[in-house]
Amino acid sequence: MSAHTIVSLPDQSTAKLPKVNYLNNEHGLLSWLLTGDHKRIAMLYLVSITFFFFIGGAFAGLIRLELLTPQSDLVAADTYNKFFTMHGIIMVFLFLVPSVPATIGNFLIPIMVGAKDLAFPKINLLSWYLYVIGGTLTLAALVLGGVDTGWTFTTPLSTHYLNTHVLTAATAIFVAGFSSIFTGLNFIVTIHRMRAPGMTWFRMPLFVWSHYAASLLMVLGTPVLAIAIVLVALERIFGIGVFDPAKGGDPLLFQHLFWFYSHPAVYIMILPGMGVISEVISTFSRKRVFGYTAVAFSSVAIALFGFFVWAHHMFIMGVSNYSALVFSLLTMLVAVPSAIKIFNWAFTLQKGSITFETPMLYAFGFMGLFTIGGLTGVFLGSLGMDIHLTETYFIVAHFHFVMVGGMLMAFLAGVHFWWPKMTGRMYPESLSKLAAVTTFIGFNLTFLPQFILGYMGMPRRYAAYPPEYQVLNVLSTAGATVLGVGYMLPLLYLAWSLKYGAIAGNNPWQATGLEWQIQSPPLTENFTEIPIVDYEAYDYERLEKMTKNEVTTVG
Amino acid sequence: MDNAIVSTQESAVHEAHEHVSLPQHRHHFETEEQQREAGSFGMWLFLLTEIMFFGGLFFSYLLYRNWYYPAFAAASNQLNVPMGAANTAILITSGFFMALGVWAAEMRKRQMLVWMLVLTTVFGCAFIGVKYFEYKEKYELHHIPGANFSVAMFVNPQNYPQYPDTYSEKPLAPDMAQKTQVFFFLYFAMTGMHALHMIIGIGLLFWLTWRAWRGDFSSGYVAPIENFGLYWHFVDIVWLFLFPLLYLINRHPLH
Repeated sequence: MSAHTIVSLPDQSTAKLPKVNYLNNEHGLLSWLLTGDHKRIAMLYLVSITFFFFIGGAFAGLIRLELLTPQSDLVAADTYNKFFTMHGIIMVFLFLVPSVPATIGNFLIPIMVGAKDLAFPKINLLSWYLYVIGGTLTLAALVLGGVDTGWTFTTPLSTHYLNTHVLTAATAIFVAGFSSIFTGLNFIVTIHRMRAPGMTWFRMPLFVWSHYAASLLMVLGTPVLAIAIVLVALERIFGIGVFDPAKGGDPLLFQHLFWFYSHPAVYIMILPGMGVISEVISTFSRKRVFGYTAVAFSSVAIALFGFFVWAHHMFIMGVSNYSALVFSLLTMLVAVPSAIKIFNWAFTLQKGSITFETPMLYAFGFMGLFTIGGLTGVFLGSLGMDIHLTETYFIVAHFHFVMVGGMLMAFLAGVHFWWPKMTGRMYPESLSKLAAVTTFIGFNLTFLPQFILGYMGMPRRYAAYPPEYQVLNVLSTAGATVLGVGYMLPLLYLAWSLKYGAIAGNNPWQATGLEWQIQSPPLTENFTEIPIVDYEAYDYERLEKMTKNEVTTVG
Repeated sequence: MDNAIVSTQESAVHEAHEHVSLPQHRHHFETEEQQREAGSFGMWLFLLTEIMFFGGLFFSYLLYRNWYYPAFAAASNQLNVPMGAANTAILITSGFFMALGVWAAEMRKRQMLVWMLVLTTVFGCAFIGVKYFEYKEKYELHHIPGANFSVAMFVNPQNYPQYPDTYSEKPLAPDMAQKTQVFFFLYFAMTGMHALHMIIGIGLLFWLTWRAWRGDFSSGYVAPIENFGLYWHFVDIVWLFLFPLLYLINRHPLH
């Protein structure tokens, strides 16, 4: 037991910040804005997505404030529509989709496969600029007066009935979509072509596998969203009737095209998060991930099945009974690879030497909340239940359990896990544990009542509701406040740690990945020489032997 | 004999170059081979995203064609097959010169590469020119969707003896005739999106021609030419699907 615990860290007490690293080898704003270094681009992304996360979060706060009372008294109903639309657009397209891949993935994938950089550094930088342009256009739509289509741009509402800034927001999403395409393309090429000698597919960390699967979805799905948006724009500008029933078009076609991207997008969001959890669970139970191959292939299976379930968003919208039946079945099938992951993480924990560092707390949060989110997804996938629950707060609670309870927990787990690698410094451990627990409590308080509200029939996207729903709504708003505190805390202490945090050393968690065998923060080209990989991922015994040998040579 | 000497000289040049690192070799790739492979792999992936992009349009087309079959058949008979066929030939020719251009770049024949790129550009522009006349014809016939759109030719084809294709057509019921507008929406969206890709390609061709003339691709660095070639052939292939789908299937016999 004691041989495996990581309480007293040998290299941390004597650790010093390396004199040369990717953060300080060049100075000035331009060296950041014109950089090709994947780690610097990752940091640019981290700053910008954090910015948008808090804007999106502010809208969530306003939504919850409005729902504190049954009447629509804080804002008028159309303003409320603009609030939840902005909340959705920002959180989905500007936070969740790029969150883990563009920050942590960008930082780590080249290091994990043993490369100096991503295959196309300039395209990587371009994708950040596209993201910024998309974000700016979104803010422009907001400042100019807002959009009230909902983040789904449902036709004919978005094409015929609204004169808000639909085109601006649509352009923003179109541009941000290309940012995501380029990130995915870069990852796939890097994983195929840039692996270090000996780094076979089944020696790659599961983080890389899950990013590979998510990248496939980005590359194949996002263009379909792009064409759907182009058609909406053409419909608004020229009145072409592809989605207009009066001219023979079909509004349902838009939904098919939209959800053909936007359902896989859910897996674009969650798969990278699952990769983070695999790394964290393995490291803090000091065990190889149970069923490595099954977990790796389950990522690919999720990506594959994820493409064939989109119509479950449209069960009540006039798809045929037969296709509803097939899509219901396929939807339940996605639960299988997701469950494989959850079970394998549970078996990884079994008989492991578990320690409860901050990333591990977030990972536990992920496992619990994602399981609830995933299982309620099975409820919604079954046709009879879906007709009762669709467009209610049950849906809202379900996807927030997956997206916020799952993905955001995974994102924070990842940020806390690799923060020492990214910055070379540790954050205050007790404060971060407090934040993790606060987030978990706040989250459950916010979204568990929404399951009940939805089951009782409260519809989503309304500013007012019958007074008998107020108690649960008040609970939910109170929870959102706690949750807000839970998200503010990391912002504060992580910023603090940049200057005052303890020096982390190369491998504070005694983890096995290639990224932990180099200095923190890493050099600009990551490795002084390209590693030759002749061992499996998650080989803790090998790491232990290596550490012992190091000590004897020094002594 | 002369030829033989030239070719041995060339292979000697090849030999020498294999040991010299090209200035275009980027530091994060281990070898030039890796860089080239990564580049073309990335291009193929990009083309995959393009297929998905056009796929949304093709899917819409198939759906509505299935729904409004008589309107689509009648409307597709209004398209100008000789012009479409000419454009197909023009585009294949352009692709042929592009392929020769890639070969010329690989053989390090600077002048030939420049000429091939120029010819590719000329035929690309010719395609756009023909397309302009096709669109103009649609404008004159009031077949551009919108306020100006008229279904007269489909409801009362017997009034148009000057257009033999139309004249022999069976009249459509007014509500079905309205659906011809959907065909023309999709016709303009699909050929317009294709033409946009052509125009972007022609813009890139100007840039590549200038670089080729400067001699950028005469020393063994041919990745941009190869990858652009892939893009250009992809745009050709999209047209090879558009032409039969929009112009040819279920066409009545020509007069």
